[in-house]
Amino acid sequence: MKQLQFLMVALAALFVPVAALAQDVAQEAMTLDQRVNALFASSTGWFVNFIFAPIPGTGFAWIVLWLVVAATVFTLYFGFIQFRVARHSLALVAGKYSDPRDAGEVSHFQALATALSGTVGLGNIAGVAVAVSIGGAGATFWMILAGLLGMASKFTECTLGVKYRNEYPNGTVSGGPMYYITKGFAERGLPGGKILAVMFSIFCVLGALGGGNMFQANQAHQQIAGVVGDYPGWITGLIFAAVVFAVIVGGIKSIARVTEKVVPFMGVLYVGVALIIILMNADQILWAFGQIIDGAFTGNGIVGGMVGALIQGFRRAAFSNEAGVGSAAIAHSAVRTKEPITEGFVSLLEPFIDTVVICTMTALVIIITGQLMTDPDTGLYLIGENGRVVTATGAAGVGLTSAAFASAFGWFPYLLVVAVILFAFSTMISWSYYGLKAWTYMFGEGQVQELSFKILFCVFIVIGAAASLDPVIDFSDAAIFAMAVVNIIGLYALMPIVKRELNSYLARLKSGEIKRFKP
Amino acid sequence: MTGTRIVVGLDGSPSGERALAFAKEKARQIGDCTIMICYVIEWSPFSFQTAEENAARHLRREEEIATATTRVVDPAVAATRAEGLAAEGIVRHGDVAEILDEIAVAQGGSQIIIGRVGAKGLKERLFGGVSGRLIATASVPVTIIP
Repeated sequence: MKQLQFLMVALAALFVPVAALAQDVAQEAMTLDQRVNALFASSTGWFVNFIFAPIPGTGFAWIVLWLVVAATVFTLYFGFIQFRVARHSLALVAGKYSDPRDAGEVSHFQALATALSGTVGLGNIAGVAVAVSIGGAGATFWMILAGLLGMASKFTECTLGVKYRNEYPNGTVSGGPMYYITKGFAERGLPGGKILAVMFSIFCVLGALGGGNMFQANQAHQQIAGVVGDYPGWITGLIFAAVVFAVIVGGIKSIARVTEKVVPFMGVLYVGVALIIILMNADQILWAFGQIIDGAFTGNGIVGGMVGALIQGFRRAAFSNEAGVGSAAIAHSAVRTKEPITEGFVSLLEPFIDTVVICTMTALVIIITGQLMTDPDTGLYLIGENGRVVTATGAAGVGLTSAAFASAFGWFPYLLVVAVILFAFSTMISWSYYGLKAWTYMFGEGQVQELSFKILFCVFIVIGAAASLDPVIDFSDAAIFAMAVVNIIGLYALMPIVKRELNSYLARLKSGEIKRFKP
Repeated sequence: MTGTRIVVGLDGSPSGERALAFAKEKARQIGDCTIMICYVIEWSPFSFQTAEENAARHLRREEEIATATTRVVDPAVAATRAEGLAAEGIVRHGDVAEILDEIAVAQGGSQIIIGRVGAKGLKERLFGGVSGRLIATASVPVTIIP
């Protein structure tokens, strides 16, 4: 009951400014979209400001440092685990260590694919465009570095996700940071596990509504409007909300199933086209990498210089691959394995595929096709009034990616619209599940509780589609990073447990006790 | 393990019934023979599922095994035994052709008998149906009952 009150207060605090603003807004003639936007920006501003508050005396947001330090600590603590076990991870995904008697259960591949369909999405298309348009080409370098380091964070959280999941008598499972923080802290005799778990759940619900929902709806609308012409965002929002409602409330699995099958195909197609464009401009590849490395350390004239590039790179990487955020631990916990650490090994491939491969492709295409305008005399970027790099077509977000691909293939924007809609949709479905798990952790499992969250989720799709990019992106980032604040505290406290599992497993793998079932 | 063993694939369809009838006839001719009545639930570890489906997968798997056992395999085993023949039931998940062959090899089956499944979908036309793949890969003689 206490948890319930706590959440109510937290949610109420978020919407208090709404009432005050509603009166002001009523006096001015504004479109519905503008009204939603103003309301949204003013009611979430304080939260965004807190999460992105700079470290006193610097321009460096403390939250970015928090993520970088965590990923670095895990990388060192586990002795560069992401590079040591990569081959074994691939063998696990290929099912070479899966017991044939477990056929029919969730495989390593399926857990990875499900988690990936939640992370590969607009972060890879729109997020990267935002990163390079604010941070310049150099942001790509930091993004790749963040992806590589993030593999260790993902490894830690997903191992714990499987180890401390709840297995119910009826055979279903629930896992994630809220479970490992409660159970793991109790096991180690640490205080505060319950409070942290509830805090995580609150932020997870907000993250599900923000990055997992509004950002997706927003970018999907911009992309559709870019092709068919401008029209009010709430219309796109309503349509998306209706389809998502049909799936998560109506239980129409066929829609979800079609998406789950088409999304990987779209992902491969996207990377394929990006590769072709890069190869078409093969003579520019060295120049592009030069830009990336140069920009990483000098900033090439962007606002905030090198630190600006670094912040954007890390911020967008974290948003895209969600390493350290804790969401993947929810998705990975359903796998069938006797060794939780194996799911950690598999999950560390996720930031690699998502960030090091797919995000880098997007960034390279934008850079190579010359979307970022530079001053021919100085070689520095031209900075617009909004503090961003001036782009060739004036586009931002997903529009920038679209323009970059369109400069090589005129038909690409149409394909991208389909990809964006599908990615947005599959990410929403995944996050509706993460949010629901956090919600039912706080309020208990039950029809009423589940339905209330699902309806709330659909309402936010409409809000997200109607609001403008900047407030949505800020809120989405803030909510997702707030999850990371709590989750990483949990990971620090529980990482010795992961280390014990790791050492035991590697020893048994070496001695041959862990059997390989297929050559 | 003594005597001959025949592996029969059932799928709950009439052609599966005909395969079992043919197997019984063979078993009677052979004499000391056990019929392994198998039901393979088509499943791939490389398919795509939603997080919600994954969470309930273990439960679904148990349900699938229970349904196949009670509706198809158990009645078939009981009917076969009632005719005075030895029979065993097996329910597994996986690729039908692959699993039937695996069972034959692991249990010392001397032949596999299945009913013909008409190739209907595009996938079957491209990659061949269960019967086609079984014929191409089996380690023991295969009989297809039309």
